[in-house]
Amino acid sequence: MRKGIRNWGPPVLLLAPSLVLVAIFVYGLIFANIQTSMTDRHSLASEGAFVGFQNYVALLTEGRFLHSLLNLVVFTVVFIAGTMIFGFIWAWLLDKGVNAEGVFRSVYLFPMAVSFVASGVVWRWLLNSAEGDRASGLNRMLQTFGLDFLQNSWWNEPIWGMAAIAMPAIWQLSGYIMALFLAGFRGIPDELREAARMDGASEWKLYRHVIFPQLSPIALSALIIVSHMSLKVFDLIMAVTKAIYQTEVPATYMWVALTSNDYAKASAIATVLLIIASLFIIPYLIHTMREEKRSS
Amino acid sequence: MRKRMSILAGALAVGLALTGCSSGGSNGSDPDNPDQVEVFTWWASGSEKAGLDALVKEFNSQYPDIEFINAAVAGGAGSNAKAALASRLESDNPPDTFQAHAGAELSDYIAAEQIQDLSGLYEDLGLNEVFPADLIDRLTVDGKIYSVPSNIHRANVTWVNTEVLESAGIDPTKAPESIDAWIADLQKVKDSGVDAPLAIGTEWTQMQLLENVLIADLGADGYAGLWDGSTAWDSDGVKTAVDHYDQLMDFVNQDYAGLDWDAASQIVIDGNAAYNVMGDWAEAAFTQAGQTWGTEYTTWPTPGTDGVFDFLADSFTLPVGAPHEQAAKDWLTTISSAEGQKAFNTVKGSIPARTDADPADYGEYQQSAMESFANDTIVSSLAHGAAAPIAWSSDISSAVGKFGSDRDQDALISALVSAAESALS
Repeated sequence: MRKGIRNWGPPVLLLAPSLVLVAIFVYGLIFANIQTSMTDRHSLASEGAFVGFQNYVALLTEGRFLHSLLNLVVFTVVFIAGTMIFGFIWAWLLDKGVNAEGVFRSVYLFPMAVSFVASGVVWRWLLNSAEGDRASGLNRMLQTFGLDFLQNSWWNEPIWGMAAIAMPAIWQLSGYIMALFLAGFRGIPDELREAARMDGASEWKLYRHVIFPQLSPIALSALIIVSHMSLKVFDLIMAVTKAIYQTEVPATYMWVALTSNDYAKASAIATVLLIIASLFIIPYLIHTMREEKRSS
Repeated sequence: MRKRMSILAGALAVGLALTGCSSGGSNGSDPDNPDQVEVFTWWASGSEKAGLDALVKEFNSQYPDIEFINAAVAGGAGSNAKAALASRLESDNPPDTFQAHAGAELSDYIAAEQIQDLSGLYEDLGLNEVFPADLIDRLTVDGKIYSVPSNIHRANVTWVNTEVLESAGIDPTKAPESIDAWIADLQKVKDSGVDAPLAIGTEWTQMQLLENVLIADLGADGYAGLWDGSTAWDSDGVKTAVDHYDQLMDFVNQDYAGLDWDAASQIVIDGNAAYNVMGDWAEAAFTQAGQTWGTEYTTWPTPGTDGVFDFLADSFTLPVGAPHEQAAKDWLTTISSAEGQKAFNTVKGSIPARTDADPADYGEYQQSAMESFANDTIVSSLAHGAAAPIAWSSDISSAVGKFGSDRDQDALISALVSAAESALS
């Protein structure tokens, strides 16, 4: 028995501080947040009487919130598609073998080192929607190349404008996805490729039946990482457009509600975001746990 | 050995957690020392910081024994400061006085009983006599006044590029009589080859334009009635105003949603637009560009709002449970004194709330604004927190932003109606 404590005591003791902190500052606050979202604390003065799911019903039937969800969907789809496609292509090109691979790798990866806020300020200027004489940023560049017909109002476009805001995010995160895929490519032993070639597989078949299946776990992790970043997007939008209706996503709407002292609505939005994020994360966690069990 | 290490690690973690708890709030303010005043503002840079410094200098000469503690929070045009303030008030750790927009934006704090009635102080200092009666009306909530304004700005000013108007054959010194006449002028300017004669910026500047049009079409009383429910938001007057606003939006620069106010004013300064509706802080942008009032640019009250002063003001409060209440009252006394108002406003470029200030101390534009402030009907600005509580103005802001992309008048009116319903219920 004494020996038992010796065995599991120290690890538990070591883990305890972080467990306690996580319990209070993550799960405790999630609980407090859900509790607030079920009250009528719509102003500083309100005592916060329990109102059940009323705030959620109001939120999910509100045009403004649905608009912010639609914006989020457009942003997420474009962002995920963009990073996955660019990340994969870059990784594939590097894997094919280029001179000065290290240089390219750094060039693609560097944007990730810049914070969304800093790059957002620059992209705010690049994505300026003025055309003609007052054009700046990308529109001005298109003019100099004689591509005037490509000028557009970027994020000022209703609905598809969110795709323009996804551009900086794609620029920043593609390099990271490239690094993930490149690690995946490098993890595939050359013997496998050689064996496939010996068997007379064409280059396409080699990718289709040998490489891609081995990359799928990496692709899944990349997808989860990018999608949860996308759901939480806040800093980028605040930097590019500030909190305005046109580019509103749930996270910026939550901030607006919070700063106008509507705590109940803000926490209801936060809970909805948490639920959407867990729809992505929980299946992934279950999947990896099963994988680990199988391999151990 | 291992055990000892783990205890050490645990102790460290607990220690870290505790320092995290204890470091909130204290910045030299000591509740037991009566000769201190902690002043919370978002005046941390530019002319606002310079104005605050001038005010502190005046305060130090009036009350040499009291130590001034600057609790300014920078960033986000006050939004960072408001968030920080909310958490301090929530945890019953208020500063001795904090900056807030005068008027309805205070109503949340009043309802939550977080700030004190200052009517007594107004009596003692005789402020009821030196502030315009209209202003006192706008500041009074249920017979009580909760803040002392330090400076006044005007929100219904149209900034005009004289050269652009002259080349369109319009006399820039004469303001159009009404919004309709203004729209006719805008069309003339457009026909003269200016693509976007009216410069505008992001959501709150659109809201400020709508507010100007509402004042023009409803008149001062009708506009004031919007905020207490006596003017209906689906009345014909509001519908006319929304229609006017829609027509005005046909003349604006297409990149407006991404521009802050200074970028919008810059378009007028550069001569790419003829008009911009903005508060009188834009004066600094024009003078810094080397332009002079009356030659390169001129101003008039927005067409249809002549004789109305659309005011906004920064003001200071006395929170409930302020640790140095007497010193805070001394601070409020300095702010409201003729010397304090002069020290701050001559530096910041705004005008004093007192009507007994000497106009000779101020610049040319400020003198004309002071005269209007003393004589015009004063109404409260929506876009700057004087007319409506934060939640209401944020609803209107989002409705106006939505209108910018769909231009649906009926949808805007019904959004305005439902915003008013939820705010006045």
